[in-house]
Parts: sequence; C-alpha cells; structure tokens
Amino acid sequence: MESTLAGISDLDLISRLRDGDEATFMRLVDSLGPSMLRVARMYVRSRAVAEDVVQDAWIGVLQGIDRFEGRSSLRTWIFRIVTNIAKTRGQREGRSVPFASLAGDDLDAPSFDPSMFLASDDPRGPGHWSTLPTDWRTIPEDRLVARETLDVAERAIETLPPMQAEVIRLRDVRGWTSEEVRNALDLSETNQRVLLHRARAKVRRALDEYLEGEATA
Amino acid sequence: MSSTDFSCRELVELLTAYLDGALEPSQQTRLGTHLQNCDGCTDALEQFRTTIEITGRLTEDQVAAPEREAVREAFRRWRAERT
Repeated sequence: MESTLAGISDLDLISRLRDGDEATFMRLVDSLGPSMLRVARMYVRSRAVAEDVVQDAWIGVLQGIDRFEGRSSLRTWIFRIVTNIAKTRGQREGRSVPFASLAGDDLDAPSFDPSMFLASDDPRGPGHWSTLPTDWRTIPEDRLVARETLDVAERAIETLPPMQAEVIRLRDVRGWTSEEVRNALDLSETNQRVLLHRARAKVRRALDEYLEGEATA
Repeated sequence: MSSTDFSCRELVELLTAYLDGALEPSQQTRLGTHLQNCDGCTDALEQFRTTIEITGRLTEDQVAAPEREAVREAFRRWRAERT
C-alpha cells in the first residue's frame, strides 16, 4: 500500500484524522490541495467554482473517513471524491467536457521526430534509426539537474493538455503508481499509460532541444 | 539494430509500458533483447529515464492562504460536531 503522506502509513493517517488531529489534516491539505484544484478545474467553468469543489471534497473526506475501508490508498480515495464532485458540478453547470479536450488530440503523435527513422520499406532496416538520439549520458550530471533544466521541464508540463499534465505530475513528480493514478483520475489502464507516454515524450523533447550541444558525440 | 520484430520506431512508443513492466512477458523479453543490441533505442530509453528523474525533482505549488484557512474552518466545524 502506498503512503499518502511521507513518513506516515495510511492506517496511522486515517486514525489521526478520525481523532480530529488538525495538524495532520492540514499536512494532507497542503500535500494534495494543488493537484485537487487542478483536477477540479478540468471539469468546472472557473477557478472559483473549482475552489468550492475542493472545499466540498474535503468536507466529503471528513464525513466519509469513518466509513473508509482502505480498499484503495487514502489519496486515491480522496481524488475520487474530488473528481466525482467536480464532474457532477460541471454537469449541473451544463458544461460537458469531452475526454479529448482534457486528454489532448495528439495521443497518436510519434515520440521522436519521424525523420530520425528509416522508411518502413528501407532495405537497410525498416523503421530503424537513421539518426541516433543524443546520448544524454555524456551530459554532466550537474547540468541535468540544474535549476534551468528543471524549469524547462516545468514549462513543458505547463503547456500539456490538462489530463496529460496531471498524469505526469502524479506519476513522475509525486511518484504515484499507475494503479493509483488510474483510479484517482478515473482513467482506463491504457489511457493512463498513453497519456503518461505522450507527456513524457513532450518533456523529453523539450529537454533534448534545451540540452542540445551539451552532449559530446 | 537488431533482428527482433519491433522496429526502433515502434519500440520507442512502448518505452513507458516497458518501464512499467506492463507488456506481455514475451514482449517484455523481446524488447529487452532489442535494447541490448541497439544503441539508438538504448539512447532513447536513457532519455526517457533521465526525463523521469528530472521531472521527479520538480516540486508542487502551494495551497493559497484563503483556501487553506477555509478548509481549516471546515475541519474545525466537523470536529466540533463530532464530539
């Protein structure tokens, strides 16, 4: 079982919440709040409504905590609550959000520039590399983890369609499992993976463009 | 290059599934074999791994103070009603 807050098991966390431990509750709010707001924002028309949804979700969490049976991780359960409330609110607003507008319309796009591969009928090797990707292992480690490099990754994530951005944030920024992300965001296993792959591919490309020239041949 | 039945162009689209260990066991093995024999795909895998590592160093936003206080108030009301 994944742990919702670093250093505290979910069982511990649940019992502290049931005991009315405010400090623990606020740690949970600080940890999950920003993601919950973005998730809510996908389904409702404004940030103000999304804030309202998150507030309602926390009330739902508190009201439901005595009945929570731990069949999923606590954080997955909390995200299900915010997703459900946001979807209901969006419907009530008469807002229908097609999956494609959240997921992006580029899910089939190639991860690497197609010109880097030989044609599928090339006798030298159909679909094999004609130009090798840059070998990032030759880039100095301190360059890879420099603030500027992280900013490139952050900006790339900010430009992703909302569901791609949220999947990569939960999986790679926060380290959730694919199962948790799938449940939290109400995605099929395949969609979760496709969204993550597209998101990583675009961040990779942004980094590659930025790091170009750093690698030694 | 390798003699497995994935082309490199196909393989790079499976890297996320491969890293999750989500492919069929036989596919997982064939992909691993291809990687052992293919510098380009090894570079591509390394780029994905490094991308994941860099992304893992990013941090989250913070909750805005007014929202935070509103949630705290809701918590206190809930706790007061409980006892």
